[in-house]
Amino acid sequence: MSELSENIQRTIDDEPVVAFIKGTHEQCMCGNSERALQALRSVGASFTAVDVLPDPAIRQELSVLSSWPTIPQVFVGGELVGGADIVQELARSGELEAKLDEKLGDSWRNGGEERTIAVSDRRDPFRLATS
Amino acid sequence: MSERLQTLLDQAFPDARGVDVVDRTGGGDHFHVTVVSPRFQGLSLVEQHRLVYDALAEPLADGTIHELRITTRGDA
Repeated sequence: MSELSENIQRTIDDEPVVAFIKGTHEQCMCGNSERALQALRSVGASFTAVDVLPDPAIRQELSVLSSWPTIPQVFVGGELVGGADIVQELARSGELEAKLDEKLGDSWRNGGEERTIAVSDRRDPFRLATS
Repeated sequence: MSERLQTLLDQAFPDARGVDVVDRTGGGDHFHVTVVSPRFQGLSLVEQHRLVYDALAEPLADGTIHELRITTRGDA
C-alpha cells in the first residue's frame, strides 16, 4: 500500500465524519460536493473535509479503497455512507442522523464544526523510520 | 450519449421496471439516471448505487460521464 493510500485510510479511520470533496468546506468547487456538505449541515453534524483537487492521485487511491468511482464520498465512523445523492436522501429521511448515532453516539452533535485537512496531515510519524 | 447509457443499464438490469436517463445540461456529460429494479430489494443505497456504477464503469472510466446523479428504487 502506498503512503498516500495509507494516509487516506487513516483519515477515513480517524475522522468521525469525513467528506472527500472538490474544494474546501469554505470554497466548494463542485455542485455535488456542495450538496453533500449541505446534507451534513442540515442535520448539524460536525465534519472534516478533504480536498481531492490538489493531487489526482488522491481521488484514484480513494476510489480503489472505497470501490466508489465518484466524488464526493462521505464516511461516518470509517464506513462509506454514500455520495451526494445518497447522503442527501438519508438526510431527508432521517436515516443520516440514525447512522451518525449508530456509529458515533452523541459525539457528532457538537455544534456543527467544519474544517478542511490534507491527507498528509494523517501521515504516520513512524513510517519513514520503519520503511 | 444518453442512448449508450440507456443500453448499458438495460443490459445490466434486464429485469428493471424502469430505466431513465436524463442529460441534465444537454451537453452529453451530466446525467441523472433512475433505475427501478427488484434487484435492489434488501440492498443498502451504497450497494444499489455500486451496481449502477458497475454498469456504467466504462463511460465513467473514459471520462464520458463528467457528473452522475443516481436514483434507485427496489419496487417490486
